Amino acid sequence: MAGRAQPVNPVWGSVAAAVVAAAILGALCAVFWRAEASLGLGPSDWAAIRFTVLQAALSATFSAVLAVPVARALARRQFAARGALVTLLGAPFILPVIVAVFGLLAVFGRSGWVSTVLGWVGLPPLHIYGLHGVVLAHVFFNLPLATRLLLQGWRDVPSEQFRLAAQLSFGAGETARLIERPMLARTLPGVWAVIFAICVTSFAVALTLGGGPRATTVELAIFQAFSFDFDLSRAAWLSVIQIALAGIAAVIALRLTPFEALGTGLDRPVRRWDVGARRLIAQDTMLITLAALFLLLPLSAIVLSGLAAIWHLPVQVWHAAGLSVLVALGSTAVLLSLALPMSWAIAAGSASRVEVAGILGLAASPLVIGTGFFVMLNPFVNPQSLALPVTALVNALMALPFALRILVPGAREVARGYGRLALSLDMRGWPYLRHVLLPRLMPRIGFAAGLAAALSMGDLGVIALFADPELATLPLQMYRLMAAYQMETAAGAGLLLLVLSLVLFWAFDAGGRRGAAA
Amino acid sequence: MKYLAFAAGVLSASAVWADTPELTVYTYDSFVADWGPGPAIEAAFEETCGCDLKLVAAGDGAALLARIRLEGARSEADIVLGLDTNLTAAAAETGLFAPHGVRATYDLPVAWNDPVFVPYDWGYFAFVHAADLDAPANFRALAESDLSIVIQDPRSSTPGLGLLMWVKAAYGDEAPAIWEGLADNIVTVTKGWSEAYGLFLEGEADMVLSYTTSPAYHLIAEEDSSKAAALFDEGHYLQVEVAAKLAASDQPELAEAFLQFMVTDGFQSVIPTTNWMYPAVTPAGGLPEGFETLIAPGAALLLPADRAQTVRDEALAEWLDALSQ
Repeated sequence: MAGRAQPVNPVWGSVAAAVVAAAILGALCAVFWRAEASLGLGPSDWAAIRFTVLQAALSATFSAVLAVPVARALARRQFAARGALVTLLGAPFILPVIVAVFGLLAVFGRSGWVSTVLGWVGLPPLHIYGLHGVVLAHVFFNLPLATRLLLQGWRDVPSEQFRLAAQLSFGAGETARLIERPMLARTLPGVWAVIFAICVTSFAVALTLGGGPRATTVELAIFQAFSFDFDLSRAAWLSVIQIALAGIAAVIALRLTPFEALGTGLDRPVRRWDVGARRLIAQDTMLITLAALFLLLPLSAIVLSGLAAIWHLPVQVWHAAGLSVLVALGSTAVLLSLALPMSWAIAAGSASRVEVAGILGLAASPLVIGTGFFVMLNPFVNPQSLALPVTALVNALMALPFALRILVPGAREVARGYGRLALSLDMRGWPYLRHVLLPRLMPRIGFAAGLAAALSMGDLGVIALFADPELATLPLQMYRLMAAYQMETAAGAGLLLLVLSLVLFWAFDAGGRRGAAA
Repeated sequence: MKYLAFAAGVLSASAVWADTPELTVYTYDSFVADWGPGPAIEAAFEETCGCDLKLVAAGDGAALLARIRLEGARSEADIVLGLDTNLTAAAAETGLFAPHGVRATYDLPVAWNDPVFVPYDWGYFAFVHAADLDAPANFRALAESDLSIVIQDPRSSTPGLGLLMWVKAAYGDEAPAIWEGLADNIVTVTKGWSEAYGLFLEGEADMVLSYTTSPAYHLIAEEDSSKAAALFDEGHYLQVEVAAKLAASDQPELAEAFLQFMVTDGFQSVIPTTNWMYPAVTPAGGLPEGFETLIAPGAALLLPADRAQTVRDEALAEWLDALSQ
């Protein structure tokens, strides 16, 4: 496929990928350059690597596999409030980890709701701490993302295929075999790889729910090397290993992904004729209810615990919220300017290296990247004066792999379906973008932008390394409240964060869909 | 619009102060927070110093020292405030800090004569629990009980490291056995103090590793007397928080003046109800009402700074070993 003519020049995508790779690898090199001592990896580092791979693989597998029935149920049902439910289901993914952990524990903890109910019937409380707790938490974070990505896959199946299936009187079984399975084969490996990559960098969640030092991840080892031992060389090496782990997973997943076309349709709304059986309706209803309960109960716990305090939050929390929104918007703009050209380049068939560059941002330790930027900036400017732009940039790099997962399949369909037609009409560059590519990508752009904005809102990220007392973001301010015993006010700030993240996510997501409909 | 104005204000702030000398203090995050000691101390010092005191949050505990080492002699910091005795030996070794000339009569449970580091507050580590709980009287009793505890990871948290040193100081070579006994009491280990204390308040564990002064927060700020700290008969490990000036400071006189100010009432009277620790020099007005209800440990345990550094790695290996079974 390489080298095939395309209406959009893929060079810009490669440029964007190079910028991303340079930012991340440059940061790594800067840390190496500052390193003094050099030690090999000890047995505890290898134990951390083993545990990291194990929990990330389990988390990614459970998230991706469980998302299939949930996404299928959502894809073939229309009901009131479906849109709201789909938006809400995105919430766990964009929550700051600490808020999510407290929400999960309010439901699944030793004195959580489930344990309380178990107590009524004389059963012992749940024991959530251990590998299963780590996986449960990661599934809670990532099941919604996997569901949304797969749902997008269903949305990409041209409605003509379902129409044809109905004419051939396919049942649900035949539809699954001939339409849905090929679609899943193309989307699932990428979904798995991106969740694996995000779980590789888990630290606080894995430690807290893992129940102790058995649950030491590479990210914790990096933290230890950096601050406890001040061994920058080891921190950088561990970071390289972390990136390699996620990179290998990404390469394997991309290898496993077949690139056959789905066929192109006329963008008509999808109607399904094959799923009217009462048994199927009951099954889907149950699946959607279960998934909603699993994801929404911890969210309601967060809402309940923050409700008392959100009405009288101190003014500094509102300032922090304003700053966080600014950073989120900046981060979204950076993200789109990188992700759009990259997705076009990938769709043009040239570059899986572009995609691998995309996954770097997720697998790189935020601590090492932040330290690297710090080392690079320090000789020239006071890093603190750049705290907000650097945070926006790093947050964009972290969101890039998700954005690519969202944008690439769509860009690929458009390139395949309309590329040649456009070329034959000699339609290139801006007119092609404006009339063909962007309108068809609009729902995906909205989704990706919403995700990036919300992720940036919730991420404590590198701001902690560059923190300035006057420029605290909302997650940082929340941590400060907690450190001052003000847990209730912190819960209120957490709820505010949840609401703002959701509003940003919804505004972009809905905006994108409306943009497409118009 | 409000935020644009706010951002513009932030950008211009540094220009306005350009002609007044500026003293930069690197400290931890909760110190500079609006509800921490920072704002009151900044106001009090600026009244007399004719300078601009700039508090910068640069990380907690070991991360604060790592930040200073990262910046080296190029650092803008004049003072580092917030190291403790587990870090002072490593900090002194860097050669980045300069001796002070502060004389004060400290109200510390131990004698203090460090030439480089000036203490500003201190506290005892302790397990905090609900006041109606029948708390164990030492680590052995805790290990034998069914009580659940949540602690912090010594690799990422100051209290977590404090507990490691506590067990080591009290039990020496028996420390691994104590940790093996405690293993089934430990519900989980968190990254930092906040997570652990939050889990305890949510009812995930019967006790949490914190400070003997924690109940004072609930009593004074929330008028809630339902929390207590368990008195252990081995004695309690001490945390002494210190500050020092950097050798490369471009404001050495001002830095010295700040360290002097640090042991006076203007600084010390702010500490008890913002940092929730004991002041290093009790202010003229005494301790706030409520502090008299706190437990008074029989013995204060503290490894000397140089020993703390060598014991640390051995104690960490024992801890990891006992809890990774």
